Amino acid sequence: MKSLLVLVLLLFSLPALAVIETYTFNNDVDQRRYQSFVEELRCPKCQNQNLSGSNSPIAADLRGELYRLINEGKSDTEIVQFMLDRYGDFILYRPRFTPQTAILWLAPAILLLSGLVVVVMVLRRRSNSDQLVDLSAAEQQRLQTLLDEDRSDA
Amino acid sequence: MGRLKLFLPLLVFMLVLVFFYWMVARIGDGGYNPQSLPSALLNKPVPDFQLPQLEQFQNTLTEQDMQGQIALINIWATWCPSCHVEHSYLNQLASEQGIIIYGVNYKDEAAKALRWLQQKGNPYRFNVFDRAGGLGLDLGVTGAPETYLIDHRGFIRLRYQGPLNERVWQEKFAPLIQQLQSEQQEAAG
Repeated sequence: MKSLLVLVLLLFSLPALAVIETYTFNNDVDQRRYQSFVEELRCPKCQNQNLSGSNSPIAADLRGELYRLINEGKSDTEIVQFMLDRYGDFILYRPRFTPQTAILWLAPAILLLSGLVVVVMVLRRRSNSDQLVDLSAAEQQRLQTLLDEDRSDA
Repeated sequence: MGRLKLFLPLLVFMLVLVFFYWMVARIGDGGYNPQSLPSALLNKPVPDFQLPQLEQFQNTLTEQDMQGQIALINIWATWCPSCHVEHSYLNQLASEQGIIIYGVNYKDEAAKALRWLQQKGNPYRFNVFDRAGGLGLDLGVTGAPETYLIDHRGFIRLRYQGPLNERVWQEKFAPLIQQLQSEQQEAAG
């Protein structure tokens, strides 16, 4: 029983926070803004990590910049613009809708639609092949003799 | 026909395999670098800065010192292994082809950087000493080495992440420099 409990407990883990430095803010709102920024901004040197998850030097620099910008009283849009001016759309995990990023936003809808089209086509073909074929009187009679022959053989 | 249809998944799998193999080969020979990003500053002027010169600390350099000629801006540091690899090629560009190269010594120690230039040769017109990485940040630098090509107006026209070599130069820089030269002549004439 005890070992079972241990096993079950092993299934859970606390999220590991890779960030080494800690910034303290004057108020809770700024603290939360910082948290959401480091979660939503992407490390420009890494393939797929946000600022909070990366220990690359550039990610540490950008966390420092965020701390500075927030303390300077910059608004969220100003901070996002600051990052965009330097690193482009890549830095946003939720990119803006622009001609370059349109494919990212539209691809799921396009894929879903094409999936639906395929499903409809398959269903339609299946119901067509299920339809009963009407036999003419001659064919009906031939079928009957075949069946009778079969029965007499057995 | 029905038989052939059975081989369709295999065929698709083979195509995917060929695609993956091709991409890995391209990463291997440097033809594709998944870490290189398009610069957000493309076709924009070099950002404003005011920083000391590495060679003469009392000198203050600004973006205007880099304007007027087609040139390279090279981000380097002594802690960066690829910069060692790249340095002899930069020397060659400067001495044999007469390319103007401005250096940005990025998050480095001045003494180490000066010793490096003394030992390995100095291909740079001058070096901006960017201890805090502020200019690097404004340029959108993600690491060293990085090289920017600027036109005669001081606008950024190309950003290359990684060490320069002959192949990269011939592929990316040389054709664009020719184009920039003709742009410059048109503007002058």
